[in-house]
Amino acid sequence: MFQAEDMFKAFEPHRDNSIVIATGTSGRHWRDVSQDEARDLSLGGAMGQTTSAALGLALAQPEEKVVLFDSEGALLMNMGIIATIAGKGPKNFYHFLMDNECYATTGGQPVPNAQDINYAGMAKEAGYVAAYSFDNLEEFSNNVEQIMKQEGPVFIAMKMVPEIENAPIGLRERRPTRGRGETIDTLRKELGLTG
Amino acid sequence: MVHQQAALLKPETMVEEFQKNGVTHVVTIPDSETNYLYELMKDQPWLDLVPASREGETFAIALGLLVGGKTPVVLVQNTGMMESGDSIRGMALDSGFPLVMVIGYRGWTRRGVISDSAARYTEPFLNAMGINYYLVEHDEDGERISIAFEEAKKNKCPVAVLVGDEYHGFNR
Repeated sequence: MFQAEDMFKAFEPHRDNSIVIATGTSGRHWRDVSQDEARDLSLGGAMGQTTSAALGLALAQPEEKVVLFDSEGALLMNMGIIATIAGKGPKNFYHFLMDNECYATTGGQPVPNAQDINYAGMAKEAGYVAAYSFDNLEEFSNNVEQIMKQEGPVFIAMKMVPEIENAPIGLRERRPTRGRGETIDTLRKELGLTG
Repeated sequence: MVHQQAALLKPETMVEEFQKNGVTHVVTIPDSETNYLYELMKDQPWLDLVPASREGETFAIALGLLVGGKTPVVLVQNTGMMESGDSIRGMALDSGFPLVMVIGYRGWTRRGVISDSAARYTEPFLNAMGINYYLVEHDEDGERISIAFEEAKKNKCPVAVLVGDEYHGFNR
């Protein structure tokens, strides 16, 4: 397992102007690492469906690279999406999975069959062009540049150190974030879209 | 005795309405009754079909398409719409984008008693979500589809088109 923050730092130099969507407890570190906030997008709203929304964006903007940092708890809620993605085969879609083997935001309860699932294997067999698994930072860092240069859809499963939150909701640290609507408006201006 | 309707809702009418209203993508899960519509849509060079694995995906895929500047329609059966409750809430109602959702009204009938619970709960479901809807049964109802598009655009919200002819001729 490796730290999400370190993973994001290794990814950022190879972002290549991508639109980036980061989800889950691990995903919150992205905003501290990102160098291009205008291309950072929030598409949350229904657990398990951010993956679907990211696919829609990739289909709408085939000239833009779309990078999703997904989480395994969310993907398990909507596993059929990997077949949907593979079926459309968006060449500009990079599907990173941050797998911390638990529901970190609800106290760290394990996801079903947490340690024995081969997510990359499922993505590859569903029809992704390529799929990778990483459980350490060094190996991830050595490969991320090449991964971002290939055509998608690509799936990258990563074992992340869980950052478990167990304090009552009202007592948790709140960091300032941009709302979904604000990120959408900013990105659409960046892409020259109106209306 | 099988009842024959005088003027069925032709799939060509639906596709014409899509083109008239600038639809670029249809995000869909076909059912056994919509095969002919599916084949017709597949033949339209201006239209991109996005087959989904579960109906909840369709509303989220549509949101991504809308964010990216496209004009999607969701085409699913009423059973799938009900499965999609949280996705409709979080990805359609809360998004502030216009979306027309075309819903196959399984079990609906103008005659006798509706026995299929899929039909019984369809309109209460839409009412609970605060989603306005228009029933289309015949070709003459085609303009209601454009009305739904206009309303969705004006209010930046989802609007449903219920296809009530599904059981007896919508696709043939």
